[in-house]
Amino acid sequence: MNVWKYGDDINTDMLFPGKYTYTCSTAEEIKPHLLEDLDPTFSGKVKKGDIIFGGKNFGCGSSREQPVVGLKAVGIQAVVAKSFARIFYRSAINQGLLLIESSDAVESYQSNDEVTLDIEKGIIMINDKTFSFPTLPSEILAIQDAGGLLNYTRNKLKEQ
Amino acid sequence: MEMTFAEKILANYANEKETIPGQIVTVQPAHLLTHDNTAAIIQKVDEELNKYGVYSKNLSIIVLDHVIPAASEKTAINHKKIREFVAKHDIKHFYDVGEGVCHQVVVEKGLALPGKLLLGSDSHTCSYGAVGSFSSGIDRTEAASLMLTGQTWLKVPQSIKVHIKGSLSKGVYAKDVILHIIGDISASGATYCSVEYHGEVEQFSVDDRFTIANMGVEMGAKNSVFFVDDITKQYLKSIGVNESAYSPVIPDLGASYMQTLDYDLNNVVPMVACPHTVDNVKPADQLEDIEIHQCLIGTCTNGRLSDLEIAASILKGKKIHKNVRLLIIPASKQIFQEAMQKGIIQVLVDSGGMVLPPGCGPCLGAHQGVLSPGERCLSTANRNFKGRMGSKDAEIYLASPATVAATALNQTITDPREVIE
Repeated sequence: MNVWKYGDDINTDMLFPGKYTYTCSTAEEIKPHLLEDLDPTFSGKVKKGDIIFGGKNFGCGSSREQPVVGLKAVGIQAVVAKSFARIFYRSAINQGLLLIESSDAVESYQSNDEVTLDIEKGIIMINDKTFSFPTLPSEILAIQDAGGLLNYTRNKLKEQ
Repeated sequence: MEMTFAEKILANYANEKETIPGQIVTVQPAHLLTHDNTAAIIQKVDEELNKYGVYSKNLSIIVLDHVIPAASEKTAINHKKIREFVAKHDIKHFYDVGEGVCHQVVVEKGLALPGKLLLGSDSHTCSYGAVGSFSSGIDRTEAASLMLTGQTWLKVPQSIKVHIKGSLSKGVYAKDVILHIIGDISASGATYCSVEYHGEVEQFSVDDRFTIANMGVEMGAKNSVFFVDDITKQYLKSIGVNESAYSPVIPDLGASYMQTLDYDLNNVVPMVACPHTVDNVKPADQLEDIEIHQCLIGTCTNGRLSDLEIAASILKGKKIHKNVRLLIIPASKQIFQEAMQKGIIQVLVDSGGMVLPPGCGPCLGAHQGVLSPGERCLSTANRNFKGRMGSKDAEIYLASPATVAATALNQTITDPREVIE
């Protein structure tokens, strides 16, 4: 498992350039361009279970769900940041990508530290230090439990 | 309980007497905006749309604006799919290529009204606070779900009160005000928050308010809003909307705010957001050695009639610098027509400007004036992220239409006060 560490204000153009936004929409089309202008090594080296650390305002900018779809598709376990921009945050809920808001964890992390997650307990461990993160409200957990918003909506439509 | 604008409007939409920050409410927005991304949205739920149909043919507003006219076979196919979807489901509010930038069209057609809640799969949906709406951006998946169910959840935000006093000096505009504010509180200074503008705001036209509300998302805001006054009412009347058609929502006097920010407009000067973040702002007169290759006046931030008029007043009878390309993009067909009737387009073209169709133009880097490595663009748009207008090795600077016009004359960034008579 690798940790990818980036700074503050990582915006949607860095995560997935706007020039592809009307030509790439499936996970396979998105993957090669993930983080293209931020870290050209990312898409070739990322592995299932990897974690991304970011600073404040991660995901700011456009309403662009391709980065979320792409990060989920390559198997990113979680994005840990000091704070997230709100559209990106909603998008992650809709796609079932785990976002963890924890300034303390981000500040504690140093290169090559060992990071483990316990999602059920809501804790992230960096070496021997433990940081807890709040679980989502029940209304939103229901979306995650359904496997994302579209499944949630499909289930609701079937019930009606 | 005394409530802020956001608490009040979300209570109205959630059928609750009151709401508090942090509360999750279920709402049915008055409208859902989508644009060229409608093709990708409907593709996600193709089967469900065939089976259940759309929730309401009045909910969606669809405007084709991001890549218009189509720049490739793929974008052409997207547009075609959207037109077929509109016809099949009898979508009532559809605006095809050439009508304008989606946010301008939504306001101009009277679809964003005071007291209404609108959501859209575009981050600058927050613009409709210019006329007292609560409006916010969502993603494509959520838009797909809304098309089917008509409802979604929202968290009631904390609110920030921005208190304005003083007045703008000559050569200083609403764009400078919002760049000044974002520079002050940072690109994440209002994250998750509702931003309310109070104080001496009667000096701002609806065009000015649009520019300021539009850039709310650039400081992380969920929405940003000006409250209905005579200026709003006059504007709405001018587009054929009478007062009986809307119920304004105004915050209570004793409402509680997370933060109050005071700005004296007498202290605001022409500002420029430098690469590669919107909060990296500097006074224009400190950047006069920066050479610009492309100037852009337009977009949902600053492509309105008053913006083009200001640019024309600076460029009238003059020629732009030979090493500068000046792109002009009226924000809507209606603005384009008015600008032609008033002779503004003539002046801009005579000075060396090139007019592009009403739409997003090169703002998102898809076509119509993308940048090569090493080039610099001074734009009236709202974002200067690395790589946004094409090459990641290009630079984007953001400023008011006056600063962009003055710069087009000199090639280097120019404080417009130097050229305004």
